[in-house]
Amino acid sequence: MSVRHALLALLTEGPKYGLQLREEFVARTGEVWPLNVGQVYTTLQRLERDGLVESDDAAEPGPQKGFRITTDGEQELSGWLRTPPDLTSPPRDELVIKVLVALRVPGTNVHEVIQVHRRYLVELMQQWTRLKEDEADFDLGLALVVDAELFRLDSVIRWLDAADGRLKRAAAEPATPDPAATPRIRLKVGVRR
Amino acid sequence: MTLLELRDVSKVYGTGPAQTHALDTVSLSVEAGSMVAVMGPSGSGKSTLLTIAGSLEDPTDGEVFVDGAALSGMSRAQRAQLRRRFIGFVFQDYNLLPGLTAAENVALPLELDGTAVRKARIAGMAALDELDLADRADHFPDELSGGERQRVAIARAMVGQHRLLLADEPSGALDSVNAESVMRLIHTACKRGMAAVVVTHDAQLASWADRVVFLRDGRVADQTRPTPGPETLLTPGPGR
Repeated sequence: MSVRHALLALLTEGPKYGLQLREEFVARTGEVWPLNVGQVYTTLQRLERDGLVESDDAAEPGPQKGFRITTDGEQELSGWLRTPPDLTSPPRDELVIKVLVALRVPGTNVHEVIQVHRRYLVELMQQWTRLKEDEADFDLGLALVVDAELFRLDSVIRWLDAADGRLKRAAAEPATPDPAATPRIRLKVGVRR
Repeated sequence: MTLLELRDVSKVYGTGPAQTHALDTVSLSVEAGSMVAVMGPSGSGKSTLLTIAGSLEDPTDGEVFVDGAALSGMSRAQRAQLRRRFIGFVFQDYNLLPGLTAAENVALPLELDGTAVRKARIAGMAALDELDLADRADHFPDELSGGERQRVAIARAMVGQHRLLLADEPSGALDSVNAESVMRLIHTACKRGMAAVVVTHDAQLASWADRVVFLRDGRVADQTRPTPGPETLLTPGPGR
């Protein structure tokens, strides 16, 4: 989460004070990303150092000091919005590792392990959905945040479903590997944080 | 009050080596005011559970109670009457009659049950109005969008004295926003006292339910526990 760029985005609407930026940041992210005012001021100082925002020179540091975005700041924001995050290498996913490990532990029913995680994820999704049902009609930012979280959890459940099905099929029709015919692809698992 | 109860229900198709156990001693009860989602892979018995709960098919073993009454003790005519009066069905492909308007489709179960046409239409309009479809009442199904058709189907399922709603992939063909509004409507109907069983393979849709039951190979493999309120999501803690 780039606090830096979120603050730049808020400043595109006009000059603002630090405290105001903090309140608007929290409100626009559906109040699910807490941000302390110290973080806001540290980030603003760095943005000013890099020439991406300007402040009222005359004002003392503190709640009354206003900030505005510079042309360089607008360009930086525009570039960041269009730069895809790094999703190229597989993340180090604890759940994937647990399922892979479960396959190797004697006496462990991997389907039962998968179901424990599936149930937990569905329960989490139920909580997010209740939040959407209760609040999101009135708060578009929150609705978008909740949707993102639901889609993320849903994709993990889909992977569990696919793993469950693949393991069931593999148990029914054990494969006969031919090491010479199937070169191993080395994945750089764990490169990305 | 329990509106639907399946007690040790099994369903076997075929005989001999071709025998398939679609359901294997499944027990499930659904209270008034509660929405239950049933999830599971293809062939896990989800749809069979729904057709047996709706008295469209008989179990091989076990008993189904709807509003406290055992289906096995009813004649075919009594079960048909129960379906018309008490149970609403929602299917993926809407199942609206193309030659009838939205209002006529919604009023149909009541008319078939002997309610006077005028009274049935008034109840139908009330159901459409609840789903913000009053201005679509005179439209034929092919004049409605997919989302509107499914809302008409839900209105038909909720019309009159229907208390139990059974839905099989009710938002299968819809985009995510329309799918969400379908689930929201079903959940709202349950909060007003209906009971619903929704079969789906989609976790996002299942998460609208108060309880999610997981079927596997015809058995209830697991179910969700009551969850704490959503406010706990906003307080980072252990495990998050």
